[in-house]
Amino acid sequence: MNMENAEILIEARSLSKQYGARTAVSDLNLTLRKGDILGLLGPNGAGKSTTMKMLAGCLAPSAGEVRINSISLADDPTAAKRSLGYLPEQPPVYPELTVQEYLSYCAGLHGVPRGDRAAAIDRSKQACGLTDVGQRLIGNLSKGYQQRVGLAQAIIHRPPVIILDEPTVGLDPIQIREIRSLIKELGRSHSVILSSHILPEIQAVCSRVMIVNKGRVVYAEAIDQSAQPLFNTVVAGLRRAPAVDALRGIAGVSSVTALAGDLFRFEVAGSADPREAIADAAARGSWGLFELRTVGKTLEETFVELTSGDIVVHDVIKEAA
Amino acid sequence: MSSVLTIARTEARRIFVSPLAWAVLAVLQLILGFVFINLLYNYARDSQMGGQYMGVADYMGGGLYGFATILLLLVMPLLTMRLFAEERKSGTVTLLFSAPVSLIEIVLGKFLGLMSFMLAALLLLALMPMSLMPGTHLDLGRIAAGLLGVLLLMMAFGAAGLFVSTLTREPTIAAVVTFGLLLLLWLLQILSSQEIPFASLFGYLSLISHFESLQRGVFNSADVIYYLLFTGLFLWLAVQRLDLERT
Repeated sequence: MNMENAEILIEARSLSKQYGARTAVSDLNLTLRKGDILGLLGPNGAGKSTTMKMLAGCLAPSAGEVRINSISLADDPTAAKRSLGYLPEQPPVYPELTVQEYLSYCAGLHGVPRGDRAAAIDRSKQACGLTDVGQRLIGNLSKGYQQRVGLAQAIIHRPPVIILDEPTVGLDPIQIREIRSLIKELGRSHSVILSSHILPEIQAVCSRVMIVNKGRVVYAEAIDQSAQPLFNTVVAGLRRAPAVDALRGIAGVSSVTALAGDLFRFEVAGSADPREAIADAAARGSWGLFELRTVGKTLEETFVELTSGDIVVHDVIKEAA
Repeated sequence: MSSVLTIARTEARRIFVSPLAWAVLAVLQLILGFVFINLLYNYARDSQMGGQYMGVADYMGGGLYGFATILLLLVMPLLTMRLFAEERKSGTVTLLFSAPVSLIEIVLGKFLGLMSFMLAALLLLALMPMSLMPGTHLDLGRIAAGLLGVLLLMMAFGAAGLFVSTLTREPTIAAVVTFGLLLLLWLLQILSSQEIPFASLFGYLSLISHFESLQRGVFNSADVIYYLLFTGLFLWLAVQRLDLERT
């Protein structure tokens, strides 16, 4: 499926939020297409919650605009919000109501037609595993169940887009697993934006990830779900290396840079695996191959690098003649 | 419009699910009942006093409803404090803000929900004089006018309380400030009897001055409009405040 052609459901352009002198979100661009499960990853205080509130229409941005299903959130908020389901960090539940009463209220609020309400509530309860607790007071339920009620509220009107702000925070491991599988299930019929500061959660559930730090997007890529970790660099150590041009000619190699200590970094072209070709060429040319390894950047390394604020120190690069 | 009713219905449910509303109604009934019995007893004992008034309804309406207004001034802040302050404190306001409903619909819905409580209190006030019906002839028009006055006053109190509730996250602060605001508006009446410029303006602005004619059974449309404008003003201010907060 060509993702580029899928319908755009949420588009945020140059989103910014200032609180006095403090910038919470700065110039954030975001596109959510149909079928995406987008993970917003970032350390605490990065601006994820603020971004989500702006996307859901609960907070007006200082600059920029949000369009949901091509409807501008600023110009026609009521129409735009019909396509949204939002679960904030704290599920917005009323402890004095029963689950049934609350969901009935939410169905009405979100514009579910009166005739469809009962069916919508039942469907929602079933999807979130709430069929047994319909008559219980929400205040008496555990945090995991309250989270589920919040989730049920977000999907009751079957919105094309669901925004979930840290949906698994504060839950025990079993509940976390249940919510995650629930989200994956939801991902089949809705498009989801999910925020978290827990990396494995994003990797387990999402198809795309955006790393946010200090209010800015620092990384936005698709997550490859394949078993092999992606690598885009091969480092080889050659005692008697030939000219750089000869190295560049090896199949699957897009560029070569010389590093200190007889090491060479080969940038990989596309998804090729040039390791065998390098080994063959080294053996034939008797280049003295003593080291051959891939250098893959896992998402974790990328996350730490981009959010720790340190400047990554590269090896000394010797420009080839 | 249906969103307004949806919000109103759930707000009414939440008000009456909480013991607070029932405790308040119970206390109201207890104190008003006490006053009512007292008035009745005085009337029955001292029939000469009857000459000063135009009948039982007049006597009851004046005494009971007049006293009720003071009680309601004390009690309404307790019911309005929760409306927005508690929602903002517990984060449930995001449910309303992220739903496809406008701020006007939210404020109107909440206000209508509050009116369900007002109607319950009004019922209490109606039943007491009505209980005299088997025994004597009552001027129902008098009583109706008195009840209308109480309702309009409650609506004014409620709207002011709702607005104050949007200003803070802490319900108790909302209650205290509402009480202060209502008392101040009430007491503007006192300034009208002083020798100061704009004395009659203060008299006009005071909440209680418009009640008095309704209490006497005089339906003066200016008084009714005053209360409706007062209510409308504070509801509008609440919408503005919520809009400002979102920015």
